[in-house]
Amino acid sequence: MISSVKASAPRNYRQTTTINLTMQTLLVVATLLAVAPLLWITGYVLVVGGSALKLSFLTKDYEAPELATEGEVIEGFPGVEHQGFERDERDGPNLDFVARGGVLHGIVGTMIITGLALIIVVPIGLMAGVFLAEYPDTWVTVVVRFACDVLTGAPSIVVGVVAYVLLVRHLGFSALAGSLALTFLMVPTITRTTEEMLKLVPMTIRDAATALGSPLWYATFTVVLPAALPGIVTGVMLAFARGAGETAPLILTAFGNHTLSFDVFGPMHALPLIVYRFTDSPFPSEHTYAWGGAFVLTMIVLGANILVRVVTAYTQVKGR
Amino acid sequence: MVSVVSVMNGEQPAKQPAAAPVGHARGHSLTVRNLVPFYGKRQAVRPVNLDIPPCQITAIIGPSGCGKSTMLRCLNRMHEMVAQARVEGTVWLDHEDIYAAGVDPRLVRRKIGMVFQHPAVLHTRSIYENVAIGPRMSGITRRRELDDLVEHSLHQAALWHEVQDRLKHPARMLSGGQQQRLSIARTLAIAPDVILFDEPCAALDPIATSKIEELLVALRSDYTLVIVTHNLQQAVRISDRTAVFMIDRDAKDYIGSLVEVNDTAEVFSNPQDPRTQDYISGRVG
Ligand SMILES: Nc1ncnc2c1ncn2[C@@H]1O[C@H](COP(=O)(O)OP(=O)(O)O)[C@@H](O)[C@H]1O
Ligand SMILES: [Mg+2]
Repeated sequence: MISSVKASAPRNYRQTTTINLTMQTLLVVATLLAVAPLLWITGYVLVVGGSALKLSFLTKDYEAPELATEGEVIEGFPGVEHQGFERDERDGPNLDFVARGGVLHGIVGTMIITGLALIIVVPIGLMAGVFLAEYPDTWVTVVVRFACDVLTGAPSIVVGVVAYVLLVRHLGFSALAGSLALTFLMVPTITRTTEEMLKLVPMTIRDAATALGSPLWYATFTVVLPAALPGIVTGVMLAFARGAGETAPLILTAFGNHTLSFDVFGPMHALPLIVYRFTDSPFPSEHTYAWGGAFVLTMIVLGANILVRVVTAYTQVKGR
Repeated sequence: MVSVVSVMNGEQPAKQPAAAPVGHARGHSLTVRNLVPFYGKRQAVRPVNLDIPPCQITAIIGPSGCGKSTMLRCLNRMHEMVAQARVEGTVWLDHEDIYAAGVDPRLVRRKIGMVFQHPAVLHTRSIYENVAIGPRMSGITRRRELDDLVEHSLHQAALWHEVQDRLKHPARMLSGGQQQRLSIARTLAIAPDVILFDEPCAALDPIATSKIEELLVALRSDYTLVIVTHNLQQAVRISDRTAVFMIDRDAKDYIGSLVEVNDTAEVFSNPQDPRTQDYISGRVG
């Protein structure tokens, strides 16, 4: 008998081939279904929000909507017409209100509120992560880890309410209260990523340090932490993104403030708050603030992530 | 040097403290007594009794999983760094019980250094910093003193001439063999009495291996060396004494034990234990 590759196919060859093809198709479809909303949302924000972007949008704070002057072209954005307020043709284009302000106060506010939260959270999260990863498991580590996981899933409005009751009712609305509320949502991210990243550092490095008579803390801070740094920085960025995007806790703490403010003890605006407050503004042109704010927020989070990737990739190439 | 043999031959020994293990005029000895390492509840090795003479190379051979690494890590109290691990029995460094209450394991490890299969060199740090890390940890900060220590240690590790003009370069530039010698220099820089090696050549090519072997032979005159190796030829080439660990095939618990210790030539030409015989003739392991 002549040997042939084709003839050597086992009896269930067709069956296995069909199953393989079906599974592949299903996987591709499922992936597309999962990714489509993400791409759609991001794309919509970028296109619609991006069209709202002028330089003045980034350099001005809020300005009350004004009636458009005779002959002024209303630089609306594609979203206006679709936002429910149907314009009556008889009103004529000039009767519309124009939003001439920007979201600078929101950008500054988001930076200050999230930045302040980061300053508080990074040392705490790092220490807690080191504690969980490097020290032997006891009931304390079990409790800390459990608390972190619970906090990760905690509804942010609950954290906002707690901050409201404990802080705001006594001290009034303030950016600082907003930062403190955010810390609760950011600390688990940093703690757990730090722990996971430290656990990825090979034992051989710790062994070598121990064999030189190094105490645990010395090995941790001079050898193990630096080795895990890129991963830890990613965790910090994730926490920043989470904090920058949170709205609910800020409604009850930082509250919002139409003018540019640097006073952390007073109310302050933030980009997610702007998005929240202006999506249902009675002035359609003010929806620009919501879309533009969403766009700027997306850009800040995206930009920070890309920046970190580039920096860590660079130091890794230099390092390894 | 006063050895047990000369004492038994009736020669006049140096003054010995009572009860403590035999002391030596030069170099430092390890004496292992009824040592049993545990991982949690599981016993890793049957009780070990072993004398490691000063300024000699003691090879530890045996098949995988018979507890060579575990036993070695007990010799400088590294074993207890593993979660749940503990040790019964004792190890003496000269006249000092390193498992006695109140002995700081960190100080033990500075006296009994360790080199691993993986050099664990810090890739991003400079060659200089990799050697200086131990001395820095012990509080040496004066530049001159550090410079001298680093140079001396690199000389000892036979690496100086290869790296002297690039001390500031990151250590990742070195080859595997050079990194291993760098890790030896790093250990030498803290001035230990004894150095333990756990398969230091297992990941190296034959040329790099022979450089390490030369280095070990050169270090023997000043340090007590213990080397775990899978390479029987290596044990024959460089070691003075050989300890053989085996897992008993008949026992069902798969716990390793020390089956034979003797001069290397004796172990390989005239093994006393049938299990050793099987192992070195390639019938097991
Ligand atoms: N970290 C550990 N935890 C639990 N058991 C271990 C650990 N390391 C080694 N062992 C066990 O101890 C025994 C001896 O291992 P090891 O000392 O590594 O052997 P060798 O170095 O001779 O190959 C083996 O049975 C191994 O499974
Ligand atoms: Mg081993």
